[in-house]
Amino acid sequence: MLQFTIRRILQVIPTILVVALLIFVIFSVVPGSFAASLFSDGRTTANPEMIAQLNRELGLDLPLPQRFLNYVMDLAHLDLGTSFRTRQPVLQLINDRMWASLQLAVAAMIFAVVIGVPLGFTAAMRPGSILDSVTMIGAVSGLSMPQFWLGLLLMYLFALQLGWLPSFGYGDGSLRNLILPAITLGVTPLALLARTTRAGVLDVMNADFIRTAHAKGMSESKVVRWHVARNALVLVVTTVGLQFGSMIGQAVVIEKLFAWPGIGSLLVDSVAIRDIPVVQGTILVIVLWFLLINTAVDLIYAAIDPRIKQR
Amino acid sequence: MTEPLLDVRNLDLVLSRRGGNVPILQDISFQIMPGETYGLVGESGSGKSVTSLAIMGLLKKPLKVSGGQVVFQGQDLLKLRPRRMRDLRGDRVAMIFQEPMTALNPLSTVGRQIAEMYVLHQGKSWREARRLAIDALDSVKVPNPERRVGNYPHQMSGGLRQRVVIAMALACDPDLLIADEPTTALDVTVQAEVLRLIKELCAARGTAVLFISHDLGVIASICQRVGVMYAGCLVEENDTVALFSNPRHAYTRGLMGALPRLGSRLTHGRQRLVDIDSVIADRSVLTKTRFITPRGAANGESA
Repeated sequence: MLQFTIRRILQVIPTILVVALLIFVIFSVVPGSFAASLFSDGRTTANPEMIAQLNRELGLDLPLPQRFLNYVMDLAHLDLGTSFRTRQPVLQLINDRMWASLQLAVAAMIFAVVIGVPLGFTAAMRPGSILDSVTMIGAVSGLSMPQFWLGLLLMYLFALQLGWLPSFGYGDGSLRNLILPAITLGVTPLALLARTTRAGVLDVMNADFIRTAHAKGMSESKVVRWHVARNALVLVVTTVGLQFGSMIGQAVVIEKLFAWPGIGSLLVDSVAIRDIPVVQGTILVIVLWFLLINTAVDLIYAAIDPRIKQR
Repeated sequence: MTEPLLDVRNLDLVLSRRGGNVPILQDISFQIMPGETYGLVGESGSGKSVTSLAIMGLLKKPLKVSGGQVVFQGQDLLKLRPRRMRDLRGDRVAMIFQEPMTALNPLSTVGRQIAEMYVLHQGKSWREARRLAIDALDSVKVPNPERRVGNYPHQMSGGLRQRVVIAMALACDPDLLIADEPTTALDVTVQAEVLRLIKELCAARGTAVLFISHDLGVIASICQRVGVMYAGCLVEENDTVALFSNPRHAYTRGLMGALPRLGSRLTHGRQRLVDIDSVIADRSVLTKTRFITPRGAANGESA
């Protein structure tokens, strides 16, 4: 198990290198630069001399391979560089924003799991029932609805019309501010979880060993508790892991919409002004988060399913 | 004459669907005496397994019993409340299924799965049940039962798993064991061992067995009486010896004709295996009649 964990952690290193390289290449081909965005006011073009000087200061005049090499060397010392705009270390900027994002992601995931899994489970217990149909129609709607639109609807209803909750912002970090963005972000994973839980449970219910369990004279509830639940859990864990991993990435839109001070909105702002070190830093954090969740999921698998440990 | 342990009387079973029911079993009647081993033989789709599931009360929609009785120890199982039936299932009537690879839960130890029987039916504690599970594994001749009790199904071979399933089925000393093709999925040497095991254990405990197979050889070696099923009907029933020496029904003769024999001219390539012509009849077009005759082979008619 330890060996497995170590191997997984080592696998992260090449992934990070590839991601860093990708970001470098992308930003060298897209038009616009930090200096240009800083000096141009949209009507007049910036003074080329000023741009050149700023580029020299920021090290942007060096050839791309050289810059990449420098970046990787810094990365090896856990130095993510300095923001072009604020001249603060990127690590510190991320640290300031990271916790709000985590808070949002965890809240959204709890919302999705607490409602989605039981819904899918009960739907699977009575396939074809009204509850089942309603759940599945709801799930498809939840999956198809654009998140930003749902966010706007919720904002309109609960903040503007009813006035129950604040419409945006982090506030003092209380739960009231968290509710709307968390629900908005949680709807997609909720719908997906309801569907996969239902499919997983139905699949297990048709397995031969469930027939064996019935033949043993077990009550329906014991069959579910002793034999169905654990087997269905495998699929649920997969879905939770995948959704949780991609959530910080998905949160970019929601954070922007609700003016939530997470790394998602940091990323959007930094892309807009081509603050490359911050963009790279935030994307790396998002990638790391994804890898971390994936590793955790693999470890949980091994804990649930004895067949995995052997390999 | 003693009371039969199981008395299936005129059992009808249908597949209900819109536009009318499709008959699956028609007028099945047979009896099993205490301690007797009764074989049900027939081709795939003849209704052997469905009969056993009907006895166990494990039919799933859209299958349902539409008539008849299943009298077990004097009470009609079909009229029993679900709760009572549940208590009986596994405790008095137990079942072994065909596929040992999938019949066990992959995520729980075989010991736990055997132990469940003692917890469910005898109110034992888990600790005690585990000890009994070790004894049960020992009784089905699983080597190293103390170690094996903590194994997961994937750590065992097919033969061992089937022994676990047998241990599970016999855990509560049932009066009737329904064995639905218990050896079909196993290779031939393991098959013989498992067969011998079932035979010995049931003889020692006085357990009656309803043995379902399409393998005439297996049936002949283990059963005292045999019923032959075809297209949802029990077409012939007799003592094993009598049935094999003097098959009366056309279909039974057809079935035996399809059996390759070592040393017969067949194995020297001079004679073809007799096959039973025509496929399994579509039940939806059959009415409640005897519909065996159309198949010609043993009737002497050329088809």
